[in-house]
Amino acid sequence: MLESASAFHLILSGDPTLFAIVRLSLAVSLSAVLLAALVGLPLGGLLALTRFPGRDAVVVLINAFMGLPPVVVGLTVFLLLSRSGPLGSFGLLFTPTAMVIAQAVLITPIIAALTRQTVEDLWSEYRDEMNAMGVGPAQRLATLLYDARFSLVTAMLAGFGRAAAEVGAVMIVGGNIEGFTRTMTTAIALETSKGDLPLAMGLGAILLTLILLINSAAWGVRAIGERQAG
Amino acid sequence: MRGPVSELPLVFEAVCYAVGGTQILRSLDLTIAPGAPSAIIGPNGSGKTTLLRMAMGLLAPTSGRVTWGGQTDPAPRRRAILFQRPVMLRRTAAGNIAYALRQAGCPSARVAGRVEELLAQAGLSGLASRPARRLSGGEQQRLALARALARDPELLLLDEPTANLDPAATRAVEDIVRIAAQSGVKILMASHDLGQVRRLAGDVRFMSAGAMHESAPAAEFFQSAKSPEAQAFLRGDIVT
Amino acid sequence: MLKRLSLALALGLALSAGASAQDRSIVVASTTSTQDSGLFNHLLPLFKAKSGIDVKVIAQGTGQALDTGRRGDADVVFVHAQPQEEKFVADGFGVKRFGVMYNDFVLIGPAADPAGVRGQKDIVAALVAIQQKAAPFVSRGDKSGTHSAELALWKTAGVDIAASKGTWYREIGQGMGAALNTAKAMGAYVLADRGTWISFKNKDGLVVAVEGDRKLFNQYGVILVSPQKHPSVKKDLGQAFVDYLVSAEGQAAIAAYKIEGQQLFFPNADPGQRS
Repeated sequence: MLESASAFHLILSGDPTLFAIVRLSLAVSLSAVLLAALVGLPLGGLLALTRFPGRDAVVVLINAFMGLPPVVVGLTVFLLLSRSGPLGSFGLLFTPTAMVIAQAVLITPIIAALTRQTVEDLWSEYRDEMNAMGVGPAQRLATLLYDARFSLVTAMLAGFGRAAAEVGAVMIVGGNIEGFTRTMTTAIALETSKGDLPLAMGLGAILLTLILLINSAAWGVRAIGERQAG
Repeated sequence: MRGPVSELPLVFEAVCYAVGGTQILRSLDLTIAPGAPSAIIGPNGSGKTTLLRMAMGLLAPTSGRVTWGGQTDPAPRRRAILFQRPVMLRRTAAGNIAYALRQAGCPSARVAGRVEELLAQAGLSGLASRPARRLSGGEQQRLALARALARDPELLLLDEPTANLDPAATRAVEDIVRIAAQSGVKILMASHDLGQVRRLAGDVRFMSAGAMHESAPAAEFFQSAKSPEAQAFLRGDIVT
Repeated sequence: MLKRLSLALALGLALSAGASAQDRSIVVASTTSTQDSGLFNHLLPLFKAKSGIDVKVIAQGTGQALDTGRRGDADVVFVHAQPQEEKFVADGFGVKRFGVMYNDFVLIGPAADPAGVRGQKDIVAALVAIQQKAAPFVSRGDKSGTHSAELALWKTAGVDIAASKGTWYREIGQGMGAALNTAKAMGAYVLADRGTWISFKNKDGLVVAVEGDRKLFNQYGVILVSPQKHPSVKKDLGQAFVDYLVSAEGQAAIAAYKIEGQQLFFPNADPGQRS
C-alpha cells in the first residue's frame, strides 16, 4: 500500500512498494514488447514482401488494429483465460503472464504495421541490388529486418509506449492485485479512486519519467549504432 | 552454387521489350563474347539501361530470347552489375562486401580475407569500418564496384559507372575496371562519356531508339562510323 | 540489442515462473469499499503471519465480484449484498455464506446543501427532498453492493429513478472513489459506504448529510466458491481465510482497524455459524 506521501518522497526514500510496482510495470511491458516483436516483425516483413489475394485487406486490418481499445483486448483475453474460458485450465487469469499476453496482443498490430511500412520502403530501395546479388526470399526478409533495425527500434518503442501507458487491459486481466499485478497505471487509477489525487499525479509523473528515460536510452543506442553501421 | 556453365557468350536474339505499349527495345540482336571491354553508346532513352538490366537477368524480354553461355536460365551465376546509382546496404564498407561474398557462396572462412583483398583493390582499405552510406560519391562507386567484383564475375555490367564523378574519382574507377578487364573479366558498359569509351573499350555498340545500329572495334567506330545515326551522335547532333 | 531482448525475456519468464511457484495463495474477489478503505492492508498481513497464505484481492463491485466467483476465477468472494449472495449460494456457486461485519452507508452531499437535507435522520425523506428539488445526485450505477442498496432505498422512497436518469440523477458506472470524486466536482449528493468515505482523501466541500438511519445498515458476507462447480478452487486455503474472518481473532482484528480514531467496520459474525 502506498502511503499518502509525496511521490518524490517515495522515490527519495526508496519505497519498496513503489519500486516493486515500477519493476512489475517495466517487466510486463518489456516482455509484451518482446513477445509482440517476435510475432510482429516477421509478420510485418512478410506482408511487405509477399503478394496474395486479400493482402490489401490484411494490411488495412492490421493498420486499423493499431487502434485496438485496451479494454476490448483485456476483455477478450479475460474471457479466454477465465476458468470458465477455453484456456482456463492454465490458471493464468490475474497473473502477470496474463497481463503480458494482453499487452502483447494490443501492440503486435502496431509493431507489425510499422514494420510492414518500413520494410516495404527499404525493399523498394534494395530490390535491384538484392536481385542482382541473387538473394533468396528467406534471406531477403532477414536482410531487410536487419538493415531496418534502427527504424524498427522506433516501432518497438511505439509499442512499448502504448503498453506501458494503457490501463484498461491490465486492470481487467491482472485484477490490480497489490504486490502481484499492480502496475503504475492501475495504481494511478486506484489512487484516483481513493481521492488521493496528488499521489496519483506523482505516480503519473514517475511513469512519464520512466518512459522518457527508456526512449532516451533507445535513442542513444540507435544514434551510436547508426554512427557505427549507418 | 556456381555451375561449371559459362556466362558467355551473352546473346540477344530478336529481343523486344515493351512497357504499357511503349517499345523500349526493338528486335535487338547482340552477341557479347570474351575479350576486351565492350561499350554501348547512344543517346539518353535509347534503351541502354534496359539492355543491361536484361543482360543481368533482372528483366525478361517481351519477345525474343536472351541466353548466357547457351543457357536460358536468368539466375545470375557469375555475372554482376554496377547500377548507375548503386544502393549501399546500411552496413559498413566491409559489411557490404562481406554480404555480397556470402550471397555468392564464398565459404565463410574465406570471407574476411576476400573482403580485405577487394577493399584494397578498390583503394578503400582505410575505410573498412565506416558506414557505407557515409562515404563520398566516388568512394561509394568504388565500393559498389568492389561489391560487384565480390561475385567473382565472368561478365561485369556497368551502367554509366562514372556519371556525376569528378575526374580523380573517375580515374580511380576506370583503373579498377581496367585491372578487372586485364584479369579476364568481360566488361559490358553503357556510357555517355566518349572519352571513357575510347580509353577503355575494345569494341563499341551504337544504339538509338531501342535498336542496335552499329557494332565495330572502337578505333574503327570513332574513325569512320557507318550508320547516319552514329555519325550524327559523334558530331554532337541531337539524336533521338 | 539481442542481449537486451533476452534480458527482458528472462525477466518475463522469471515473472511467470514466480507466479506459478506461489501455490500457497488464494484469490479473493471483493469490493472496492473493503479495498479502498484500507481494511485489507490491515487484515491480510495478520492473516499471512498466522497462516502463511497470500491473499490476492481483486477489488470489484459486488455484482462483478460475484460474477468472478461464478466463473471460477476467484477462490473466495467477500461482498455486501445479502440477497445476491444468497442467490449465489442457492445457485450452487458458493458453499455457504457467513456474515462477517457491517458498516453503514452515509448520504454525502455538498456543504451548500441545495436539497436542505443536512442533519436529517430519515434517509427516505431526504431522498424524496432531493428528488423534489431535482438536486444533482451521483449513482455508482455499477451493480455494486452500494448501488443495490441505493436502488432499494429509492424504491422504498417511492421514487421512479428510471424516469430521472440523465437529468438530476447521474449514473456513472464506476467505483466508490470515482463516484465521490464526481460528486465533489458536480456539487452532487451520493450514497457512500462509511469506510470509503472516512479514508477518502479528496473530501473538501463534501459533508455527511444523513447518517444513522437503520435503513443504512450495510452487511458484509464471505463465501467459499464451490469446489464442485470449479475444481480449480483452493478449497482448504480458501476455507482457512473464511474461518479466520469469522474467528474471534479475525473479528477482533476487524474491530481494531481505525482511521483517525474512527472504527470503520463492526464485526458481527454469529459465533454459532463457524464451520
